[in-house]
Amino acid sequence: MPVECTLCHQRPAVLKRPKTSQAACKECFFQAVETEVHQTIVTHGLFTRGDVVAIGASGGKDSTVLAYLMKTLNERHDYGLDLFLLSIDEGITGYRDDSLETVRRNERQYGIPLKILSYQDLYGWTMDRIVATIGRRNNCTFCGVFRRQALDRGAAMLGVDKIVTGHNADDIAETVLMNILRGDVARLRRCTAITTSSEGAIPRSKPFKYTYEKEIVMYAYFKKLDYFSTECVYSPNAYRGHARTYLKDLERIRPSTIIDIIHSGDSLAVKGDVKMPVQGTCSRCGYISSQILCKACVLLEGLNRGLPRVGIGKATGGNMSAIVKKYGLREEEEEEKGEDGRRHHGGGEGEGMERRKGEMGGCGSCTCDSKKRTCRDPSTLLDVTRPDRPEF
Amino acid sequence: MSELRIHLEFSGGAELLVGKTKHHDIALPHQPHPWSLRQLIAWIRDNLLKERAELFVTGESVRPGILVLVNSTDWELLGQLDYTLQPNDHVIFISTLHGG
Repeated sequence: MPVECTLCHQRPAVLKRPKTSQAACKECFFQAVETEVHQTIVTHGLFTRGDVVAIGASGGKDSTVLAYLMKTLNERHDYGLDLFLLSIDEGITGYRDDSLETVRRNERQYGIPLKILSYQDLYGWTMDRIVATIGRRNNCTFCGVFRRQALDRGAAMLGVDKIVTGHNADDIAETVLMNILRGDVARLRRCTAITTSSEGAIPRSKPFKYTYEKEIVMYAYFKKLDYFSTECVYSPNAYRGHARTYLKDLERIRPSTIIDIIHSGDSLAVKGDVKMPVQGTCSRCGYISSQILCKACVLLEGLNRGLPRVGIGKATGGNMSAIVKKYGLREEEEEEKGEDGRRHHGGGEGEGMERRKGEMGGCGSCTCDSKKRTCRDPSTLLDVTRPDRPEF
Repeated sequence: MSELRIHLEFSGGAELLVGKTKHHDIALPHQPHPWSLRQLIAWIRDNLLKERAELFVTGESVRPGILVLVNSTDWELLGQLDYTLQPNDHVIFISTLHGG
């Protein structure tokens, strides 16, 4: 006995919408998702006609559906956007191979040009090489920190106007929970913002802020969209996994939990006397940072000097603090607590964590994207003019 | 009475838990009462899951975050665990818990 669609009262329903509890048929469901995302884009003024927009693409469900919808809505509503897919390859053998193949198929299927940048391109190190150097214990710190900046760095290299990522409502709710659990008030305050942008940074927005993960997966299923899912071969089942499980348990009992947590995040105000870290910019790369050097630059410095444990929160013992002092490696406050969760949305498009806003300009001689003409220490940074850099 | 033949599909990363094979044609043994989805999930746990059963099953249901469709319809419209399996049903388990 099929249930009738509560929207059109004609066709049989195929799913229950988590946000509204409506039983919807396939056609009404497509219509509802597309309309809601369009409304989100219009209401929040995410784009301006003529924008070059990079879609952070991992080949996973969220970014695949995002690419499809961006193309569909751009055509249907004549946004006048110049879209392309931007993928980040962490350099983990076997992990990205298949997902990048999926992104390449998406490029053909949707007719959106694809650019792939690797950690090797952006930082001079692949994750495989980092793991070979430091072992598996703290590699997620590197991957997470590097991924947070990768899309911004990549987008700056490519000169785009806007970045969109496939973060969905579940991801954002999870991040709110994570920030509460960690007492990270600064991030808690900004993690539900639909667009993050600061002066000089490329605005990055989340058109799926109000779109449930279930609906994204169902949309991909019914549209037969081609996506790839995997688990990172290096990732441990960490703190974030617990937050996710907790959230999913709550959602099963009361599906509006997801949107309610986002509403809480949107609405809360931080007391005036709460001390916030002063956001400055990294003296080396110009990325937003509360310390002299951003975390990525500290980690890179450690790797390049053969002191890979600098900056992974274990620098207290032995002579490590002396080394840090000697090289002026003032660490930025630990951001990810060395735990990067089981899920990698990859493509820089998501660990669900709010990323710091990039201060991008591009010094032109390295990957540092510094606003300054020259980097402070170009010797330790990658020369992007070398021949194996992808041509755009 | 004969066994109940149905088709199972695992995707979205759920296939990683059942020998990395997406499609499984299975025959459920005859039993006096009709097979429910609840019993199917227990059967999968005991017969198909190669590793880490806790990533698929929680209590008597699938782990929250795994979507279930029967013949391309959301099980939330079909009575979920109490749904009575029919011959040739196509049951799909899609994980939303895996990244891309």
